[in-house]
Amino acid sequence: MSRFSRRTVLKGAAAVTSTLSMPGILRAQANTLKVGVILPLSGILSFPGIATRRGTELAIKMFADDGVKLDVVFADTESKPENGRTAAERLIRDGATVLVGAWDSGATISAAQAAEAAKVPLVVNVGSAAQITEQGFTQIFRNFPPSSEIVTKGVELFKNLPRNNGFNPKTAVVLHVNDTFGQVTGAAVKGAWEKAGVDIKILDTISYDARARDLSIEVSKAKATGADLVCPITRVNDAILIVREMIKQDYNPMGIYGPSSPGPYEKAFTDALGKYGDDYMTSVPFYDPTRAITKKVLERWSKEFSGQRFELNAGFGWESIQVVADAFKRAKATGAPELHAALKQTNIAEHPMFGGPITFDTKGQNVNIGIPLLQNQGGKPLVVAPDSIAEAKVKLPMTKWADRT
Amino acid sequence: MVELYANAIVNGLLIGAIYALVATGLNIIFGVMRVVNFAHGEMVVIGMYIGYACWQLLGLPPWASVLVAMIAMFAAGYLFQRAIGNEFVDKPQHVQFVLYIGLALAITGLHAIIFGPDPRGIQSAASFATYRIGPLRIDATRLHAAAAALVIVFGLWAWLRYSLTGKAMHAAAENLTGGKAIGIRITHIFALTAGIGMACAGTAGALIAPLYDTNPYLSSEFTLTAFIIVIVGGLASLPGALVGGLLIGVSEALAAVMISPSAKSFVSYCLLLIVILVRPQGLFSARRTGR
Amino acid sequence: MTVQTRQWTAALLFIAVLALLPLGIDEFQVSVLAHVFLAAVVGIAWNLMMGYAGQLSLGHALYFGVGAYVVAILTDRYGISTWIAMVPAALIPAALGFAVGALSFRFSVRGVYFALLTIAFAEMARILFEHWEFVGDTSGIFLKALRSDNNPLVTLRGDGLFFYYALLILMLLSWALSVLLVRSRIGYFWRAIREDEDASRAMGVKTFRYKLLAVAISAAITGVAGGWFALVNGSLFPESVLGMRVSIDLIVAPIVGGLGTLFGPILGALLIIPVNEFTRGLAQTFSINGLNLLFYGLLLMIVIKIAPHGCWPMVARWLGLSDSARRRKDEP
Repeated sequence: MSRFSRRTVLKGAAAVTSTLSMPGILRAQANTLKVGVILPLSGILSFPGIATRRGTELAIKMFADDGVKLDVVFADTESKPENGRTAAERLIRDGATVLVGAWDSGATISAAQAAEAAKVPLVVNVGSAAQITEQGFTQIFRNFPPSSEIVTKGVELFKNLPRNNGFNPKTAVVLHVNDTFGQVTGAAVKGAWEKAGVDIKILDTISYDARARDLSIEVSKAKATGADLVCPITRVNDAILIVREMIKQDYNPMGIYGPSSPGPYEKAFTDALGKYGDDYMTSVPFYDPTRAITKKVLERWSKEFSGQRFELNAGFGWESIQVVADAFKRAKATGAPELHAALKQTNIAEHPMFGGPITFDTKGQNVNIGIPLLQNQGGKPLVVAPDSIAEAKVKLPMTKWADRT
Repeated sequence: MVELYANAIVNGLLIGAIYALVATGLNIIFGVMRVVNFAHGEMVVIGMYIGYACWQLLGLPPWASVLVAMIAMFAAGYLFQRAIGNEFVDKPQHVQFVLYIGLALAITGLHAIIFGPDPRGIQSAASFATYRIGPLRIDATRLHAAAAALVIVFGLWAWLRYSLTGKAMHAAAENLTGGKAIGIRITHIFALTAGIGMACAGTAGALIAPLYDTNPYLSSEFTLTAFIIVIVGGLASLPGALVGGLLIGVSEALAAVMISPSAKSFVSYCLLLIVILVRPQGLFSARRTGR
Repeated sequence: MTVQTRQWTAALLFIAVLALLPLGIDEFQVSVLAHVFLAAVVGIAWNLMMGYAGQLSLGHALYFGVGAYVVAILTDRYGISTWIAMVPAALIPAALGFAVGALSFRFSVRGVYFALLTIAFAEMARILFEHWEFVGDTSGIFLKALRSDNNPLVTLRGDGLFFYYALLILMLLSWALSVLLVRSRIGYFWRAIREDEDASRAMGVKTFRYKLLAVAISAAITGVAGGWFALVNGSLFPESVLGMRVSIDLIVAPIVGGLGTLFGPILGALLIIPVNEFTRGLAQTFSINGLNLLFYGLLLMIVIKIAPHGCWPMVARWLGLSDSARRRKDEP
């Protein structure tokens, strides 16, 4: 085969495969940073994935107003961890010099393989597996705490809540969803309990399938333990199911507290349950309602996404762009190595989520994230501890289901 | 403890009755056409969304919502079978498999586009009501749903047994060529079968809509559970679907109490395994089908 | 040119194009093709069992997942060479396939029943793994990041280009193996069993033995592919490698490509994976979440309606590559 014809063959093949390239790829200008955001936008994780996207989009708009030009492209993992890698590779091919992602730990690690090979920094928006920063990746910057830390810090606050006549729990039961996140968190609760010296005895730990549609037996089992405190570690759907079942079975513990449990602060939860969603407590990373920047973000949020709630996922989606924008401003360049160097120097004091300044340690972990205690009151999640940022007073014991009007 | 077990068994029976309705749909489709509907779980989810839309958004009474789901899904099943399904009836199993997987994905995608990923639930005060009988605490919605499911299952049996069309479906199930010979319009019968099968799934979906919040990605468990019930009860056996449904419902409930809720489907698969190996015609089927 | 020469020329041309292709395409396309090759390997394995021996398995995730876990655990936790780990990644799934097969065939389970039995085994394995601490239960396994002095030829992990060639070689090896098997006595017996099991037993074919062989070989290849999946992704969970979704995903390509044909699984993977990428991109462009699933599902329905026996028989006829001397019924 002559040289010429081989080239022709290659060209032809390239033409065929280039149909894979997607339309709408913009050439980034020198002063515009191309950011690739990987999220589960369809599939079982799309509920929080899309919430994260809203926060991300809000931040893009707000920073654009401040003159930070970001060209952001989203990629969907379809909630399949293995798609993280191809998603990252596509974004890198399309010119992204910094990646943000990937909401779940599996897809994050998958994407990290590509980021590591291409030496493109990956800012983790949400992803709580400890391993993300423990496997020796050099390109990872995680602005989200590992689940054991969320549990430990939350339990510490919970332990110090004032006791009263109606609220003096001696026993507890843990209900957790048996997926990657629920399993790790459920296991962490026991450790945190001991570490904080909580004098509430855990009677049983009940795990249920992530796809469970019916939780009546699970709640019956919890009720049969007679525990004073119920600790559900849930997603949003199952949190709703648990509360409904508790009402139906007339199970009135002194309190419901989900350490590191996503779900109950979601609008879907409070809307679905109304008055029955109140008094439910969680401890998760959340926004600091006292900060000026938070107020600014919330105000803009209500304009852009009225009818949606700014919560954990949206919050960390927002901050992921803040971290990128900040690094871009300091690097004054769009190259991946320059951004990597700038990200390492990150130190952002004024940011919406509760906690100290955003900085990254040698493993790429932000260790300054605080965990407040939340309680649903009046159909909204409010910060009730620590006192320095509390919006409302904690209300315990929780009102019996039958007494709610 | 006794209370826990008693409640678990009652709950299992109630859920089992709804499972039975789902499985009956799968079973009718298989019995008549020898087609395995891999998109059956999606039909349940469509029913749930119809229930949600009618009840929550349009404010129709519950029974009307169920009726709408039933009629809509019957029509959809009939038309689908006429337009596409019939062509695949005598194709090999794996070809049908791709068709139904494609259909399932398309429906899931459509749900995601229309309703988004948020859980959609019916909020009514009635959804918290319970009946108390001694130590038993029976969820009213669940009881009503289970009762409705049983009525539909028995009604369907009677119709299949005594009506002319039902008899024609029987004839088609027994012997395709023979059925054709005596003048049964086979395309119509098949479409009717698909309509009834999918209506069963859709109705079950509408019945459970007040119990569980719907999202587009719920379906696979429904499909798998229905498969297990159909095999355990006996392929192409309607009483089998009912008993299989109740059996799986109760055994899953007991497994959740005794072992761990997260491992309950393990027990169902064990049952499936034993039945296939020891009594492959299922607990109820007299005929040995498919082998 | 005879058909046979044409076939050889086409095969060599195909290999040459794939070998040189990375020169003309970007890293992302290289990576997508690497995934295509991996899907083709699994498709080839499944095709041996279903397309030739006629045994419908809907639970191949069992072999895929176990292979993945074997490689991940042996290399990451015990520091065993990846090359060596590939051996048990083939043998353990083969043994499992043997056990599943022996049990089913001994009780003469066939057709839909066999298919559902394979689902049951795969799902039971998933639930087992979700509760088994040794394999990391639902928290899964994360491989350590590659060291900066990583040698891909030692660790079998590297960048997209490395996986492209590694998986291309794996695909060609599996393909060659399938060609050899199908054209050997074994292959003839398999087809005899597929067409009419009872008749072939009456003719003296040891159907039990040959069916078992088909399952074991198919499981072994699938297990190795699973091992490579772990290396490509760096993380695995029971749901992501043993789940029902995996079993479904991995058989769509060979069916669309053409069951019971040697090239079908490769063509199927070449169509399905890029189409999936394309629909995902489409949903992203229009910013409608769910559009990807809708389009992908509709495309599957359309393709299977137009080409119920898969695309390869049509393409082969068109290219003049279909082998009239050896032509068999398209339908397994």
